[in-house]
Amino acid sequence: MRRYLEGSHAVAEIVRLCKAQVISAYPITPQTHIVESLAQMVADGELNAEFINVESEHSAASVVQGASATGVRTYTATTSQGLLYMIEVLYSIAGLRLPVVLTCANRAVSSPINIWNDHQDSVTVRDAGWLQFYAENNQEACDLHLMAYRLAEDHNIMLPVMVCMDGYILTHAYEVVDLPEQSQVDKFLPDFKPIHCLNPDEPVSMGVLMGPESYIETRYAIHQTMMDALNVIPGIADEFEQVFGRKVHCLIEKYRLEDATQVFVAMGSMVGTVKEIVDGLREDGQKVGLLKVIAHRPFPKRIVYEALKNAREIAVLEKAISLGEEGPLLSDVKSAFCGQGNQPKISGFVLGLGGRDITKKSILEVHDALSGSQVDVKFIDLKI
Amino acid sequence: MVTELFSSGHTACAGCGQALGARLVVETTGPNVIIANATGCLEVFTSRYPESAWGVPWIHSLFQNAAAVASGVEAALRIKGKLDQVRVISQGGDGATADIGMASLSGMFDRGHDILYVCYDNEAYMNTGVQRSGLTPFGSRTTTSPSGKKSFGNPRPKKNIPEIANAHNVPYVATASVAFPKDLQKKVKRALSIRGPKYIQIFVPCPLGWRHDPGLTYEIAKLVVETGLYPILEYQDGKLISVKTIEAAKPVDEYLKLQGRYAHLFTERGKDEIAKIQTIADSNIKKYGLLKEGKEAQKKMAAEKLAEEKIFTTAELSKCDGKDGRPAYFAYKGKVYDTAGSDRWADGAHYNTHFAGSDLTDALVEAPHGDEVFERFKIVGVLKA
Ligand SMILES: Cc1ncc(C[n+]2csc(CCOP(=O)(O)OP(=O)(O)O)c2C)c(N)n1
Ligand code: SF4
Repeated sequence: MRRYLEGSHAVAEIVRLCKAQVISAYPITPQTHIVESLAQMVADGELNAEFINVESEHSAASVVQGASATGVRTYTATTSQGLLYMIEVLYSIAGLRLPVVLTCANRAVSSPINIWNDHQDSVTVRDAGWLQFYAENNQEACDLHLMAYRLAEDHNIMLPVMVCMDGYILTHAYEVVDLPEQSQVDKFLPDFKPIHCLNPDEPVSMGVLMGPESYIETRYAIHQTMMDALNVIPGIADEFEQVFGRKVHCLIEKYRLEDATQVFVAMGSMVGTVKEIVDGLREDGQKVGLLKVIAHRPFPKRIVYEALKNAREIAVLEKAISLGEEGPLLSDVKSAFCGQGNQPKISGFVLGLGGRDITKKSILEVHDALSGSQVDVKFIDLKI
Repeated sequence: MVTELFSSGHTACAGCGQALGARLVVETTGPNVIIANATGCLEVFTSRYPESAWGVPWIHSLFQNAAAVASGVEAALRIKGKLDQVRVISQGGDGATADIGMASLSGMFDRGHDILYVCYDNEAYMNTGVQRSGLTPFGSRTTTSPSGKKSFGNPRPKKNIPEIANAHNVPYVATASVAFPKDLQKKVKRALSIRGPKYIQIFVPCPLGWRHDPGLTYEIAKLVVETGLYPILEYQDGKLISVKTIEAAKPVDEYLKLQGRYAHLFTERGKDEIAKIQTIADSNIKKYGLLKEGKEAQKKMAAEKLAEEKIFTTAELSKCDGKDGRPAYFAYKGKVYDTAGSDRWADGAHYNTHFAGSDLTDALVEAPHGDEVFERFKIVGVLKA
């Protein structure tokens, strides 16, 4: 059913359709509308779930961890400081292989405090063992949440999934989204069947102490699963298309890449702006394209390489930076070319931090810089 | 394959009070329980992979979030409709409870989860090598509150977590010591029979951290109670319903001298500090009525508790109007009080404005005094309208 909804509300509707059973969250702008909607659905009896109000994000993540370990489907959402405050628990959830789904309503991090959008929060936790997807628009945010539950609970994966959607730009934007029917969701997403859970009939100990003789294997297993997920995801995306009649990209999306020699690489909502620029430049006869990265973790390195291998100039646009180095996505893209014969120029551009508008002019500035020499970190739209 | 609920093949030090306490707790709960454990000695010595001492489902996440993880477990059981069959326990050391996990514990109390939280109080961060916690007692030395030229060890008294728990209006709060296992198990049982958040704090000696002979665990756990330093209490709905009384309080140095953590006090300079510790014990004895006279107070408490269980209907209350030799009772906020012995009441009337046999809850709003005056009256029952 097509509905005109705020992004947050649309995601809440999907979580309802996915029948999350224990939801816990702590309010932080711009995540609030999602969890407020869910609280209302529980209060109205539209969603049969326990909604646990907690005293911090640390406890929100801990509550869903405990509930997931007890074998029920869980949901939480946060952003920025809240996500950073959760970090310890994020690692613990992944370490226990619990299929928690979390929405990150991407926002800048303090200090200075800033409630507007960038990707510094979620990019900071990319190494925690969570699958991490970035949405371009609200329809994609909805679809990625459906995929998130399905993937997280797949017995070949059993890892938590974070769906990142840009704060305000998506969470507070009204767009038409196609919400699926309950019957479709039920078909795509069967009841959660844990492999083992906390249950007095079959007692297990979870979260034990492991020494040097066994710890590294747990990390190997998570990493291996992440790599395997790259192969599992396309099959499940096909199933998604069969059930919902709509394609879902989960790893990357190629936009006018066929013969492109100059390629933009970006994640999240800024992709929409870049697509317009690409269209304009194409009209001028320039061979320009775009690679949208959706899966930041696992990073589909080979697929990225294949998509970019014919490009001569690559611009990685990022709303994050590893201070003292370069943009994290830039490092990933460069590593995709490591050891390959062809070495295009790969430049990194940092923009939109703390909600600074990304205009067409910003993207054109990137395009102008592309023909110059390779840069690692060029800040766009700086006022200095 | 574990068959016992808490098997003995763990790696705790000899004489570890916490190992003793944890076993007593889980033997009382039986198998239908799920435990969320905080990081700390107990977690470490029971869960070294590939072994586990736990024969019940058990989860460890972090140092500060056991109460929140347990909240999630409880919520999951509730939505699965299994909360009737399975009890949830959250447990941790004094540091996990009183310091880093205080917020998550407060949240668990506040939300009213049906969980028993057990704090194993060994009065310092033992797992990391004996550092000071909020429950380290005054004058005890730890590696981060050492004694020295300018220090007698920890300068602050213990945080009063039972009273903090009470301040959350939780239905059951108790303290216990591993020296009194029957009392401890009775309290765990009682706690499990009550729905909602419960808190039990157990005194558990740590021979390594306290530097005492591992053979003295029991003796020390007993002496701390007999000196008045660790009052053994039980509260229901915020009301003190029992205390473990002592025949004659032992001087605190009998307790202190057995432990290396207090050795620096047994010097000329340390005398005043021991006197201060004696003051702490004395004030506990007074505050909680731990001595013989305390027994009287306790009897009164028990009598009141019993009386509270006598239920008056409005009709029954109206008959207690003080006329014709009938007793003169009145009700206030659901409790029924006896006016006998008050010089402000005569023949069932209070200044001829208020009369026995009625519910005076609304009348108090106009009164020139608050409800503190009711402390003078004996409670004889509760009013069920
Ligand atoms: C966030 C965090 N900070 C510090 C630690 C290190 N740490 C682990 S156990 C522990 C002390 C535990 O003390 P307590 O809760 O009193 O339990 P005990 O070991 O004494 O039984 C500390 C400081 C940790 N695991 N996590
Ligand atoms: S250090 Fe103390 S609490 Fe830890 S195992 Fe040893 S005796 Fe027990």
